[in-house]
Amino acid sequence: MHPQEIAWYPFIGPCDPCPPITCKTYSTPPHLFMQFQPPNMPQFSPREALFHGTLWPALYSPYESKWGKGR
Amino acid sequence: MAPYGQPCTARMNLSGEKDGESMSAPEKPVCDPQYYELLEKLQSLDFVLVELNLYLDTHPDDLQAIQQFNILTQERTQLAEHFQRLYGPLQNFGRAYSKYPWQWSESPWPWQV
Amino acid sequence: MWVYEKKLQYPVRVSKCDPRMAKYLLEQYGGADGELSAALRYLNQRYTIPDKVIGLLNDIGTEEFAHLEMIATMIYKLTKDATVEQMDAQGLGEYYVAHDHALFYQNAAGVPWTAAYIQAKGDPIADLYEDIAAEEKARATYQWLIDMTDDVDLQDGLKFLREREIIHSLRFREAVEILKDERDNKKIF
Repeated sequence: MHPQEIAWYPFIGPCDPCPPITCKTYSTPPHLFMQFQPPNMPQFSPREALFHGTLWPALYSPYESKWGKGR
Repeated sequence: MAPYGQPCTARMNLSGEKDGESMSAPEKPVCDPQYYELLEKLQSLDFVLVELNLYLDTHPDDLQAIQQFNILTQERTQLAEHFQRLYGPLQNFGRAYSKYPWQWSESPWPWQV
Repeated sequence: MWVYEKKLQYPVRVSKCDPRMAKYLLEQYGGADGELSAALRYLNQRYTIPDKVIGLLNDIGTEEFAHLEMIATMIYKLTKDATVEQMDAQGLGEYYVAHDHALFYQNAAGVPWTAAYIQAKGDPIADLYEDIAAEEKARATYQWLIDMTDDVDLQDGLKFLREREIIHSLRFREAVEILKDERDNKKIF
């Protein structure tokens, strides 16, 4: 399984005015690791598909709000 | 997600209408929980059809996906007919019948529900 | 031609009157990487793209209009009963004096939509690479919009739209693979 998010640790300069955010992340959704979708991938039920935004669990990418999390 | 049909209950409490009047208006889709249930079912089926359609655009030789697409299209047609009998036409320009008076321009529109 | 279907692609809910978020959502309504740009870009490129991938551009372009309608619904609901004081206090004062509560194709900073946002180069690889980039930029915008709100109902609709960008990006990358392969494309898997 490929990670949905990759962390990195920016350089912290001695003169940076804001308290440093030591760990930053960026999204790496599953389609980045799929050149061409193979046939017969397992599917969600229609209702689950709608609420996940895709028919295929292997292509589902969760994202959580950063609001109120101090980063 | 907020429970379906709740905005309607909230509105009735605010407006101070007589109970008898507002409660007995199931012909208003927004006051009918079944409207939201059926709409969600149709949205679910149609969503799978969008997904399969885009998939087939780049995988035209996937027979199994075509079969699934055709079966769901049949299911969707039946559900849409049922929905339209209860709540009026889903499509304009001759893709659905109308009762009198002309139903197409009746509210609610999708952004209002 | 197009036929209108009187329903949203996805059930859009918002849980509070919030002109501040409505203003930010304008980025996806009339912004460079927004849904209007996406729909018009793909539907315009389809005339000159190789036949094998016209269908894909046609269908994704059409789905983008459904997404434009979802964004419009969010903005409409977030501002529908907002008072002038609320509009003004939450950054929509300048917007209000020009448009009242009407929707207008501009980005979050007030810049009106322009055709300069979309490209049609006529080279299928260049056009598809632009489309892939546009989907990734829209995905990022949805992430930053989700970050800006604690309204879980609004987040839910935005998460759906973010996921759609991912699927569209994959399909455009498959289209590039189809155009790269001079033989039958079914051998690519």
